[in-house]
Amino acid sequence: MDKPVVLEVRDVTKRFGGLVAVNGVSFNVHEHEVLGLIGPNGSGKTTMMNLISGALAPSDGDIFIGEELMSGRSPRHIARAGVARTFQLVRLLPTLTVLENVMAGAVFGHKRLWGRALRVHAQRQLERVGLGGTGDAPLSTLTYIDQKRVELARALASNPTILLLDEWLAGLNPTELRTGIELVASLRQEGKTIILVEHVMDAIRSLCDRCVVMSSGTKIAEGTPAEVLSDKEVIQAYLGDDHV
Amino acid sequence: MSRRELLVAVLVCVAFALLAFLPVLPNNDMLMALAVPIAMYTVLATSWALFSGPTRYISLATAAFYGIGAYTVAIGLESLPYPVLLIVAAILGGVVAALVGAATLRLSGVYFVIFTLGLAELVRQVVTWFQNNFTGTRGSYVFTDITEAHIYWQLLALAFVVFLIGWLIGRSRLGFAMRIIGDDELVARHVGIHTAGAKIALFIVSGAFAAVIGGVMAPRFVYIEPAIAFSPQLSFMVVIMALLGGVHRLWGPLVGVIPFTIAWELIAAQFPSQTVLLMGFAFLIIVFFIPNGVVGLIENAFQRTRNRGGREHG
Repeated sequence: MDKPVVLEVRDVTKRFGGLVAVNGVSFNVHEHEVLGLIGPNGSGKTTMMNLISGALAPSDGDIFIGEELMSGRSPRHIARAGVARTFQLVRLLPTLTVLENVMAGAVFGHKRLWGRALRVHAQRQLERVGLGGTGDAPLSTLTYIDQKRVELARALASNPTILLLDEWLAGLNPTELRTGIELVASLRQEGKTIILVEHVMDAIRSLCDRCVVMSSGTKIAEGTPAEVLSDKEVIQAYLGDDHV
Repeated sequence: MSRRELLVAVLVCVAFALLAFLPVLPNNDMLMALAVPIAMYTVLATSWALFSGPTRYISLATAAFYGIGAYTVAIGLESLPYPVLLIVAAILGGVVAALVGAATLRLSGVYFVIFTLGLAELVRQVVTWFQNNFTGTRGSYVFTDITEAHIYWQLLALAFVVFLIGWLIGRSRLGFAMRIIGDDELVARHVGIHTAGAKIALFIVSGAFAAVIGGVMAPRFVYIEPAIAFSPQLSFMVVIMALLGGVHRLWGPLVGVIPFTIAWELIAAQFPSQTVLLMGFAFLIIVFFIPNGVVGLIENAFQRTRNRGGREHG
């Protein structure tokens, strides 16, 4: 890869008391790349996302965004540096309208708009995720996938240099899943740099340029989806010893 | 500004202008006896709700700020002009709020409540200790030529300012940040909001207002001592009134202040020794039965009728 590195994770470890959730993991993410972060449940993927987005500080190791050392900085600083995220369980702002939820992403972080420019910008993000015209509706009227779309629009509203999608496709029915994959694929077309934590294999195969596989907190494989999914250690981690 | 906002602004200004004539009415003793506490609690409860409404942190520090303001005026009267003292009171209140906020707003709600309750007591003990050791007397006399009408006008002006500031905050990035924080603080941090800074900023506003109110009210006491200036009852009254009205709207606390103050003046006259007990009951009833305040009740009822209407059409 010749493209510049936008995110560098170097020897990162996270301990919770005696539990080592992430153990000496390193990987790079290049510009315009979609990186899949995969692994069985409890392998430390979401912890990794929390470390990158600043929700947690690493116990050891460094995370660079571009040239800057960002590990240990607050989520606010990391958001301003251009990292936007969605949450494993959708987190919308219940007393705000749909449009206001999206606006929230573009006022305080990487993008700092206000007034009419902000409204127009938020409206465009809603159109981008296929929710044009729902702006003033209350959140309670939205279906599950639409809630996920709003959260994605909020993340996109900051015009992030790195987008973190934590199981954004989880919990969707097959039709919704196809729409969801198309949506992420369209972001990929636009040249967004994305890290996605995902269990849905179809999504991983069709969306990811590269995958990092984690198991019990350590990185066990890295490469194209085809490579890692045929890797012995990866199959073992997912399916157990009998299948090797 | 939309047409509706303009209309509201004009109505508010007219209302304030009319209220300013209250002290010149004939035979107004009863009216003024109610108007002064209503105006005072309106400012206290509204500025309290600016901070506590969106954050849902229950602050019991009102008495601490109020006492600081009252003492600033009582001690400073001999050396500084009165208007300057009010500004000093605002600054002192703001500084204490900033320090307390920086120290406690990272704590969860319960610890914050306890700390703010303790703060009033702490400041009171410090003042008592200071007066015992250095001035020789516990209390201070506040002799001025400020009349009840002057106090009322000052309170009315402060009420106008607190509504104006509340309205401006509501339209600002800070106001938007507070709504996001109130909904989900984790999301707020991840969209780039300085959550602690935003909370401290609003705590400073409410602390400064309470301190100025203390300063304005000091001449009314004539003689102040720590037990009066730092009375915890004041903090609880402010919380009760704001919650009764509703803290999610700027004008919510006002809806609680007016009936509660009137009822309270009547009750306190009838049962002077049971006031604390009655206050406790009022607290329980409000928290259990009208958690979103009267404004919340009204809005829910309105929402229900509208939904019913909507279903009939659909």
